Amino acid sequence: MTDRSDTAAINAHSGAPLWLLAELTYRCPLQCAYCSNPLDFAGVREELSTEEWLDLLAQAREMGAVQLGFSGGEPLVRQDLEQLVAEARRLGFYTNLITSAQGLDEARIAALRDAGLDHIQISLQASDPDVAAAVAGSPKAHARKLAMARAVKAAGYPMVLNVVLHRHNIDQLDAIIALCDELGADAVELANCQLYGWAHLNRAGLLPSREQLEAAEATTVRWRERLAEKGRAMDLLFVVPDYYNDRPKACMGGWGSIFMTVAPDGAVLPCHSARLLPMTFPSVRDRPLREIWYDSEAFNRYRGDAWMQEPCRSCDERHRDVGGCRCQAYLLTGDPAATDPVCSLSPDHHLIEAARREAEGGVGTVGELIPRNVHESRVFCRS
Amino acid sequence: MAAAIRGTSVCRLRPGWRLQWEEAQQRHVLLYPEGMVQLNDTAGAILGELDGQRDVEAVIGLLEARYPEAPAGAIGQDVHDFLVEAAQQGWIQHD
Repeated sequence: MTDRSDTAAINAHSGAPLWLLAELTYRCPLQCAYCSNPLDFAGVREELSTEEWLDLLAQAREMGAVQLGFSGGEPLVRQDLEQLVAEARRLGFYTNLITSAQGLDEARIAALRDAGLDHIQISLQASDPDVAAAVAGSPKAHARKLAMARAVKAAGYPMVLNVVLHRHNIDQLDAIIALCDELGADAVELANCQLYGWAHLNRAGLLPSREQLEAAEATTVRWRERLAEKGRAMDLLFVVPDYYNDRPKACMGGWGSIFMTVAPDGAVLPCHSARLLPMTFPSVRDRPLREIWYDSEAFNRYRGDAWMQEPCRSCDERHRDVGGCRCQAYLLTGDPAATDPVCSLSPDHHLIEAARREAEGGVGTVGELIPRNVHESRVFCRS
Repeated sequence: MAAAIRGTSVCRLRPGWRLQWEEAQQRHVLLYPEGMVQLNDTAGAILGELDGQRDVEAVIGLLEARYPEAPAGAIGQDVHDFLVEAAQQGWIQHD
């Protein structure tokens, strides 16, 4: 089997990027200790201008991208958000706003609606206001989120709530789902926190124990039954932390396969965490997006399977899980081309087992997590 | 439980969902929050006729007029089967 046909198999659609995540800014009023932004985000200053984003959206749409997420940081910080949404919608994107709801009010919801925004996803940190305040580093954020969730629903949007789960809130899952039900969510993402960026820094304080995880899964199953009984259409998507799996996830459906992220300064990435890898990513300020996606060394580096090492290289499952996640391989082993240590066949799997053991013990408090803020970030900025 | 889909039922896409022809993919897709269903020609043709006004009989009539070479009754069966499936998947709503 040739490398070329393998690449074709993974990029089985048209090879185009179907998903564009537009990280408009790294600025954010919250300080969640599991943020996926790079540790050194404070070193990124020159955000793309409105004109640069408009040009980029047109390029991405022309290439075939159709799902568009406006994210950050907090995208509402950008005062040109409505303008970007309007143009994106005109181009034919399905537009998703992924927000903490800080900076949102009824007037802005109406303006976004007029601009043609398709969907608003609000994050919740917890059901309990005190836990929410501790995780987000803000005493007022939680109340704003609840008010805005109601307002979003009242404005007729489909509403997805996203709750990042970790060892400090996962035991309250029953109350969290009840809150989402009461808020009228159409769907809830119960996403165990992915251990990259700030979350990797805080891993020991975030990863739940297996016992916690199993209880949470059972709670989710109970709620699905309860919702079905009362005829309530609220989908519950439970994302397990891959540290408890024996096979890795097919990260992003494969490197440079269907997904791309554009960072606030124009760097184009195969996922929102990839900036932590020891490599340089091209910028839309220097090259056309099409050239970056199809021809750049960065986007081709982990496509197909020619780059794989053993045990992936000769593994029958290598096209199912594409070797797992490059960021995770790098964070845990120092080698971005290694097999994702989540795989029980990986020679580094003991690192995952050690993290699981650690999660059985240590109790730490929310207050011991390192908050994601500019002050902490400067520690990681290189000159 | 949801009511059965009859000839007089009016079906519409779930609120906030959108049907769209994608030039790059050469097919219709159904777009929803952070997701996409890639549709075959039949599914695209049927969903394209759901305007929130026409009932199922009217949709079948339109498609039969557009594809006169189809065997008698075949389109009616295809439309009904597809709409039942689409309702189960949560893609459409009906009265």
